[in-house]
Amino acid sequence: MRVMAQMGMVMNLDKCIGCHTCSVTCKQAWTNRTGVEYVWFNNVETRPGQGYPRTYEDQEKWKGGWELGRNGRLKLRTGSRLKRLMTIFSNPVQPSINEYYEPWTYDYETLTNAPLQEHTPVAQPRSLLSDKPMKVEWSANWDDNLGGAPELLENDPVLKKISAEVKEKFEQTYMFYLPRICEHCINPSCAASCPSGAIYKRAEDGIVLVDQDRCRGWRMCVTGCPYKKIYFNHRTGKAEKCTFCYPRVEVGIPTVCSETCVGRLRYIGIVLYDADRVLEAAATPDPQDLYEAQRSLVLDPNDPEVIAAARRDGISEDWIEAAQRSPIYALIHTYGVALPLHPEYRTMPMVWYIPPLSPVVDALTETGHDGEAAGNLFGAIESLRIPVEYLAELFTAGDTQRVDGVLRRLAAMRSYMRDLNLGREADESIATAVGMTGQGIEDMHRLLAVAKYDERYVIPTAHSEQGPGQEELDTGCSLDYDDGPGMGGWGPFGESSGGVTPIAVENFHMLAGRQRSDTAAAPATKEQRVNLLNWDGKGAPEGLFPPRDDLTAGPDGPDDGGVGPDSPAVVEPKP
Amino acid sequence: MNTLEILLWVVLPYVSLAVFVVGHYWRYRYDKFGWTTRSSQLYESRLLRWGSPLFHFGILFALAGHVLGLGIPASWTEAVGISEHAYHVVAVATGALAGFGTIVGLGILLYRRRTVGPVFSATTRNDKLMYLVLTATILFGLSNTVLGNIIGQASDYRETVSPWFRSIFYFQPKPELMDEAGLGYQLHALSAFLLFAIWPFTRLVHVFSAPLGYFTRPYIVYRSRDVRLGSRASARGWDKEKVSRR
Repeated sequence: MRVMAQMGMVMNLDKCIGCHTCSVTCKQAWTNRTGVEYVWFNNVETRPGQGYPRTYEDQEKWKGGWELGRNGRLKLRTGSRLKRLMTIFSNPVQPSINEYYEPWTYDYETLTNAPLQEHTPVAQPRSLLSDKPMKVEWSANWDDNLGGAPELLENDPVLKKISAEVKEKFEQTYMFYLPRICEHCINPSCAASCPSGAIYKRAEDGIVLVDQDRCRGWRMCVTGCPYKKIYFNHRTGKAEKCTFCYPRVEVGIPTVCSETCVGRLRYIGIVLYDADRVLEAAATPDPQDLYEAQRSLVLDPNDPEVIAAARRDGISEDWIEAAQRSPIYALIHTYGVALPLHPEYRTMPMVWYIPPLSPVVDALTETGHDGEAAGNLFGAIESLRIPVEYLAELFTAGDTQRVDGVLRRLAAMRSYMRDLNLGREADESIATAVGMTGQGIEDMHRLLAVAKYDERYVIPTAHSEQGPGQEELDTGCSLDYDDGPGMGGWGPFGESSGGVTPIAVENFHMLAGRQRSDTAAAPATKEQRVNLLNWDGKGAPEGLFPPRDDLTAGPDGPDDGGVGPDSPAVVEPKP
Repeated sequence: MNTLEILLWVVLPYVSLAVFVVGHYWRYRYDKFGWTTRSSQLYESRLLRWGSPLFHFGILFALAGHVLGLGIPASWTEAVGISEHAYHVVAVATGALAGFGTIVGLGILLYRRRTVGPVFSATTRNDKLMYLVLTATILFGLSNTVLGNIIGQASDYRETVSPWFRSIFYFQPKPELMDEAGLGYQLHALSAFLLFAIWPFTRLVHVFSAPLGYFTRPYIVYRSRDVRLGSRASARGWDKEKVSRR
């Protein structure tokens, strides 16, 4: 057993209202630049729908992810390493810009420059790629809220897989939103596709990143990722992807998409997994067993054996503790309601989803039944084959029983908690019907419905603050790294002069404190800082003692000298 | 040996090779981020599908031909029993084939670059200069192969250009040899050295990123959090590397 930690996310789809706040804030933070205009590290898709880029889930066409070779071993869908290098000059299956959308802006200048005329001038759309006028025909969420259905729906690769009669009734029955970010897979096929070795998985937290200095723009990763979450920056010629907001996560705060999620539906935490068994699990023969295989990779953080192994493999105590409190582990294992997106791609994705129950409840209520009574709901889940089959294609490689089980748990939680909220007797039989206890359901309800900030996000900070980083508290300058611009401490005008201090794990909280202090030049703790280098040995160095209370002698007033306890300079510190 | 000869066949090669070597070092040291193929496949792939492989494979074959033709003295091939005639037949045949692949591919790529809106917009002045010199070099080279060997009488570059080229590398340049080479070869050599001089500052640097390491590395790369960026150099007295980083 080789224990590694992995940052993961779970999204509770029941709560997603499709407001795209996550997408917009993510875009503002990461991809509001030339070259990545068309890029959405986070996007929200309406399902059923084609997704972004169009029909990305059709792996027969786009060749993303892994498949099992005839010898039962994993191989990339794009073929051997040699084959990939031979197609390096022209990637045969790279989505063109039209599969995403051609980014555009509007010719706003006309609005102010146009000469006086009968009709109001119009700002024409202009392509950001060629600067020519263009017709806007597609975008990242063109089919939002089933816009363009049913014609557009025909191309939904997931819908194509399920039976015809189900398809027919689909539109009236079911619609939900699917927010997507990079899956930060345990077995990332993008990294495996990269000829330059620029895409790497961080050993500490499993976040998958692209080294911008090593990427050479071969574009194989774009094809390799089955979720199409690696994007080509057409200006810099480098691949870019969701970073799991690592600068934020490293200091213990959630990603931008999670922080700004209005529905509070995202959960972030770490899980411990057994790195030695990843290949074996990813090569599980039956795709429908992949969910269980991946679940079994995730180790129980309360198991003494796992804890011992984690310590042996250098995982620190606070990370182990974070793994024990992890909402991700709870949703995947304890409650078993989270499912991975497309486990059949065999990349072991680590952004999981709680499938939505609300559409079932709505459909049931419309028929005139009590949509929240346990019996009715259980029956409805069973009879409403439509959503279940579709969800199964998304989350369990088509295994409807698993989705069934999860939806029944969510249904049980609604009914059970409704009884409690209405002051009725709790019906323990509802809990036992789905293999849980009443207490378990209440705990799950707390995590899913009450969803406190501290419980949704259990993010241990990265560990550079140990050791050298603590010097920061005293004297250190974060510019003093090799080749850094500083190298000589603060500039001539004190610590608020000079260039911008790069924010890092080591100094994040210090810089935050400095920004929140009253004045930039004089942080609250300044009085406690002493510069002995300037002290000539006479009197008390400035700042060694708190300022005097009585005004007869100010800090600059006559000093009686002496540094002893009975020196007049020594007064009680202010509370 | 006049001044012009020395300038063209001694000074220019050394200057451009020096710029080539130092320039690449400098570019790699200071501009890793700019070191990329700058692929335009995202914009257009129908023309690229034909043009790019034709050009790239063609020019790789041409490169292999140059290594053989310039690097291996005629006396060596004769010593192993390959006659001058046989050598030339093979060299001209494969050279012309590779050359035509290259030129057709380049033609498609240039046509694409000019006519496809987004691709043209993404073309920098640097690219245009590079294309000019590269196209000139390829055209001169191909015309030497075609005109010199197939239509006209063969000017034997293995007695003139090749020894001159090798003489540069053992620091006893023999510019007088280039006098005897035809005008076509002279122009080809000049534009090639011009190309070498601008090479490190253009997108051509991606040639040196041929990802051969891909065959030997494991599929998934793991790395630890970057210790350098944003973090501080280890101060004296702190043994940074031994601190558990998890």
